[in-house]
This record gives sequence, C-alpha cells and structure tokens, in this order.
Amino acid sequence: MSEQAPVQEAPASPPTELEKRFPGLVKHDERAGYEGHIVEIANLVEVATAIRDEMGYDFLSSVTAVDYYSEAPDAENFIEVVYHLYKSTGGGSLIYKVQVPRDNAVVPSLVPVYPGADFQEREAWDLYGVKFESHPDLRRILMWDGFQGHPMRKDWKEAYFEEEVKPFKNRWPEGQVYRIEDRNPFGKNVSYPAGFDPEGFQEIEDPNLYSSLERSAMEYVEDIDTEQVVVNLGPQHPSTHGVFRMAVRLDGETIVGLKPVMGYLHRNHEQIGERNTWIMNMPFTDRLDYLSSMSNNFGYALAVERLMGDKAAPPERAEYIRVLMAELTRISNHLWAIGFLLNDLGAFFTPALYAIEERELILDIFEATAGSRMMCNYFRFGGVARDLPEGILPKIKDLVQERLPRKVDELDLYLSQNELVRSRGEGVGVITPEDAIAFSASGPVLRASGVPYDIRRADPYSIYDRFKFDVAVRYHGDVYDRYMIRIDEIRQSLRIIQQVIKDMPGGEILNGKNPYQVRVPAGESYGRVESPKGELGFYIVSTGKANPHRYHVRAPSFINLTILEKMCVGQKIADVVVNLGSIDIVLGEVDR
Amino acid sequence: MYGIGILKGLWVTLVHFVETYVEDLRWLGRKRYFSPEGVAHRRSKDAKGIFTVQYPEEKLPVPEEFRFIPFLIYEVDEEGNKHDRCTSCGICAKVCPPQCIWIVRTEDPVTKRPVPEPVEFYIDVDICMNCGYCAEYCPFDAIKMDHDYELASYDRHAEHIYNKEKLSKPVSYYADIRPANYTREEAVRAAEEAKKAEAAAARAAAAAPAAGGDQPAGD
Repeated sequence: MSEQAPVQEAPASPPTELEKRFPGLVKHDERAGYEGHIVEIANLVEVATAIRDEMGYDFLSSVTAVDYYSEAPDAENFIEVVYHLYKSTGGGSLIYKVQVPRDNAVVPSLVPVYPGADFQEREAWDLYGVKFESHPDLRRILMWDGFQGHPMRKDWKEAYFEEEVKPFKNRWPEGQVYRIEDRNPFGKNVSYPAGFDPEGFQEIEDPNLYSSLERSAMEYVEDIDTEQVVVNLGPQHPSTHGVFRMAVRLDGETIVGLKPVMGYLHRNHEQIGERNTWIMNMPFTDRLDYLSSMSNNFGYALAVERLMGDKAAPPERAEYIRVLMAELTRISNHLWAIGFLLNDLGAFFTPALYAIEERELILDIFEATAGSRMMCNYFRFGGVARDLPEGILPKIKDLVQERLPRKVDELDLYLSQNELVRSRGEGVGVITPEDAIAFSASGPVLRASGVPYDIRRADPYSIYDRFKFDVAVRYHGDVYDRYMIRIDEIRQSLRIIQQVIKDMPGGEILNGKNPYQVRVPAGESYGRVESPKGELGFYIVSTGKANPHRYHVRAPSFINLTILEKMCVGQKIADVVVNLGSIDIVLGEVDR
Repeated sequence: MYGIGILKGLWVTLVHFVETYVEDLRWLGRKRYFSPEGVAHRRSKDAKGIFTVQYPEEKLPVPEEFRFIPFLIYEVDEEGNKHDRCTSCGICAKVCPPQCIWIVRTEDPVTKRPVPEPVEFYIDVDICMNCGYCAEYCPFDAIKMDHDYELASYDRHAEHIYNKEKLSKPVSYYADIRPANYTREEAVRAAEEAKKAEAAAARAAAAAPAAGGDQPAGD
C-alpha cells in the first residue's frame, strides 16, 4: 500500500512479546539509534487495543509526527507518527510507529482507545497535516481556521524566513546589522493561496468550533425545555491565566459543552527548535513553562544526554545540584498554583501574595546561581552551567529547614480548613482514576485522582532513587484534593532538598568541556521528567547534524487540558474557572 | 463548628497585619526602608511584615551571576590606548540562540590575514534573550553579561541596536561588577601566560645550540 521505511536486512533481534502476538503485522524498528516497533496502518487500532488491554500499557504519554523529508531526488520521504506508552503502575516505555506517505497522510485515530490522544492528534493534524480518520473533532488546534499549510513540515517557510538552520551565515564575518522586518516589511512577507483576495477577506466566526460545540452538547439530556446559549470565557479574562479561551455551551447555568480554544501564544516553538543547534534550545525551553524553567531544562538535558551516551553522563555533584534546583522549582511553582487557585476562588490576592513572598526567596536563589530569576538556562549536556556560588548553600538550608516548612504550615492553617474553600472545592470537577489515566492526565491532576504515579518513583531518572520521599496521593479527584496535593508535594520536596543538602558531594559540575557545538549521534530519544505541572517529555530525533531533526515537547499543561470538558460538563459555570485553575496551566507551554 | 476554618484563616491575616507594625517598632531608630541593611533583612529568612521594595527609590542588589545584555571588554595600556579583547572569531555570533550578534571582521590589506579586532560589532538588544551563552563560550573573556537592567528608551529603531562604541566597557568595570569571576579568570590567564613564557624560554634554550642552522625552531 504505502511506501515503507528503509528497513535494513540487519541481523534480526529476538521477536518481542508484541511481535509474537502479531506476527508479520508488527516489525522491529531496525534503524540505528531507534527503538520500538513499526505497525501496519491497517492494524493500528487492533494492535493499540491489544497493547492496552492485554499488556497493560494504559497511559498514552505522547503522540507526535515526524517529517522525514529531503529534497534529494532519491530520498524516501514519509511522515511517521510516533506513540509512547507507559503502564500506570510504573516501568519503562513501549514505542510504536506508523509510516504514511506525505501527500496522503491518513492514520486511524486512537481517540476511541486512548481519549488522551485527542488534542495531540489535533496538534499533529494542525502542524503536520496528518489526517486522523474517525477522530471525533479533527480541527486545527494551535493555528487558526483558514491557515494555509502545515507549519511543522520541513518544506514550509515562515513569514520572516531567513535560513534553513542556525547559525545564519550573514552574522559573521561581514555582519552588517539589519532588522528582518525592515527588509521584508509586513504585508510583503506572506503568500496567499490562488484566488484569495486579502482585501475582501471577511473573518467567519469559528464555524467549526461552534458546530463542534453543538455536536458535543447534543448528548446532554435536557430536563427543562430552555434555549441553550454559548458564552465565550476569554481570551482576555483574568481567570484564564493568560490568553486562553473557553467556548462554553450553557443550559441555564449548567455546562453542557466546553471547548478550549488555544494557540494565541503559539510561536511554533518546535520549528524554532529544529532550526536551532542543540545547545541553543536550552534557553528556549525556559520559555515553555516560564514558572518552572529548571524542570524544562532538566527534561531537555535528559533527552539529549540519553542520545549522547556516557560522554554526557553528569558527575555526582551536578546530579545533586540538578535535583536541588528541580525541587526548588516545584515548590515555587506549587506556591504560585495555590495562590492563584485561591484567586480564582475569589479570595483576591491575599493568599496569592503570601505564597509569592516565599516564591520570591526561592527566585533569589535562582538568580544568585543561574543568573536569572525565571529564565534560568542553567543545565548543560553533562552537567550544569556553573557551580553554586559561595554562601548559597547555608541560605538554601535556612530556607528549607526553617522558613518554608513554617510558611507551608501557615498556608495550610490559613486556607485548607476554610469552609469557603472546602465548599467550593469538594466534589467539584471530579476526575475518576480511570478517566485520569485514559485522558493522559499527569502530575498533580493524576495523583489527586488516586493514581500514585510519579515519574520520580515509577520510572526514576537522575538520582531520584536515592532519596526518601512519599508519592503524594489523594483520592477524591476534586478541586480540593488537587489543591491539597500541592501542599503535600511541597512538603515532600522539602524533604528531598534536606537530604540533597546533607549529602551534597564536591567535585566537578560538568562532564568534560562545555563545547559550543555538541555532537549528538543519530537516533531518537524520549526524555521525560516529573515537572511540577505533570509529565514533561522531550522527543528528539537526531540525524547526526548540528541541529535536531525533530524536537517535540510533550507539554503537561496542554495535555492535561484534554480532560477539562469532561470535568466541567454537568456543573455550574461558576466552577469552570476553579476547574481550570486546579489543573494549573501555563499558556507558554500550552500554546508553544 | 462551622466557621472555625474561616476564623483560623482570619487569624493568620491578622497576625500578618500586626507583624507589620511590630516589625517597624523593632526597627525604630534603624532604617528599615531605603537602606541596604533594611533591604537585606526584608529578603532574609527572618523577613516579616512589609516585603515590598519601593522601586525605583530602593533597588535590590543584584548577585554577581546576574546577567542582562552583553558588553565588550577593552583593556587600556600605559599610553591610554584601548585594545579590544575581542578577536572577532565569531563564536558568540554562532552560538547566539536568537542570532542577535553581527560582527564585521576585517583583514589586513597587505597580508590578507584577519585582523584580530572587530571593525563593527552589533547587538540587537530587542532580540537578545539574555541567555549568557556569548559570555560563557567566549574563549578570550572578551564579552560578558552586564548588570544594568534599566534600558527603556523611546525609540527602539534608533537606540536598541547597540554598536561597538556603546557595547565597549573597560576591564575595570568588569572587575567591579563580577569580582569573583574576574579574579578566577585572571588567575587562569596568568597561569597560561606563565606557561607560555616558560615554553618560549624552553624553546629559546633549545634553539640556542642550533642557532647556526637556517631553519628557525618550530613545532
């Protein structure tokens, strides 16, 4: 049927469980540096169902596409859709892929098997033009309706296109400065499809969005015969934590349908990442979830180090510093999340400011160590950028042993038993554990639903297996539990940091030199960390060149939003804001 | 009893409220505001009461590692001539993630070899993302990150592309804002100089017996 990947006649590896189960339909991915299986498109749904039901891989972590494209005449061009799966009881990954031709990229949708694939498949459709058959709601998600083309495809060029990859050649040695928008003024940098008249263009108000909203609302059984109305919350609304919009269909005050609309902050981060060299991406990851940049650095460093192998294994001290920074980030992020959740509940800014005070002291530490309060850019492949400055460890020690435990207790006393918080939070936005796993929710959202899944424990990375901590878990799955679990996690992070400080070894902070051009061997790798918001994964493909061939971010805020409609339907409109606040999203990461 | 939780919460805010005044009384006679020790106390682990910093009257001291917009370092010799440390090798321009550095390298009109000082050096500070890579990867310690974060201006086209003149700062300024880094780098530099001198001396000693030969000693 379709063209196949270049499968070399390599010495066959022993057939895996999956290959035995589906002989002939599932092939081992034999390309050097690759892992997992290649599945025939026709059998994708069957194989996926069997993997979920028989082998227990119930958590779909990431769905993404890769464009293998080259202008060379004999190149094999195709698009590959990559699925990463895990067991919600812990353990390593199972990867499988399907390959489709670029001009007819049609893949069966896995939404019926894994509802969590919903937004991710829409993203792959939007950015790569992979059509997912029988997807219930295949619309663009990050770009707007009517956008021409699929911007992550390798032959797509953006408006201010300069060169295929960085570094740009005109910067040195005869770098006469200019601004690209002066050379290529706005209006002259766009190409229109044939027959399109930009002067007479009239925007039609999201027909696809509203028809989709209507379709989903049909399932609701009305008991009183009233007219349903559509209300748009956002994009400019203080409770949406950024430019984010929710189109809500209401029956009276009850929500019968909700569609998140995002992409207002979209900058094609992944495309930028594929133009960048490997090291250049590190400061760009800071800008994803800008409240927890250290965790983003961590995830990206892990993914690249996995490909680079032993020569990028971080020394002991660097590992300790990494864990220290990641846990401080978690505390500062959760303080922010708690403060702003209370804002959403209507406790306007007093709790938020109490929480931010403590966060400020953590940011002081980041500033002294990394040089910046929020855009830390502190991790390097094989270590960290610089050693801890003198006198910072006693400061951190004072903070995590004296002040923060006291302040967390104070916050707990201040808010947790407050009757208003409880009545607005308990039983609101309930997610069952089955739903949480099926919708690929991760992080505090998953754990508040009674699934004790924490990557630091379930699939340990770095040196997390050395520390004593409890995986925080709560069982009601409501807004109140998602609030409480963040307080629990702060306490566990404090425990980890106390152990880190006690055991912090001396020595090097970087494996080898810190070259400005790193060599990353060809292959693929998926590095994931437990970021404060959930599972943050980086899927990278290298062809051995100076730039990544594929750089994908599995953003926890984005994927946690998949379950938002499910949480909200049947509840009152006043609770939408609280439900959203309890997921804790950052639009820098949602929109990428 | 219903309402206990609210009362407990209100108690916490009341404590915070009272603490503000108690803290001010405790600092009576000393300056809690508009003084360095006051600011230092307000960001310490014992901070209580008012936390806010009255910018721009008060400013937080920035730590040594703080980075904001790069600058170029020049050295001044005994006669007062300025020498750029920059050799226009272009590593900063190549590693810069948003590609905001433009360097013009020249060559000697006679020998056609590159001259180790840039003719032009531009940084578009609107594009600069303050990642600090240029300073980190510069092999000559010629470009460093600044501490000055107040650069608002009225016209970005006229003022936000910094040229070499605007970027250049003396090495004494660098020593001032980053004393620990400066001391460390100077020690490395001195060690390298000593090594070089030693090697040169050794080479001279080795070359001395063979001085009669046509070929100069080389490696």
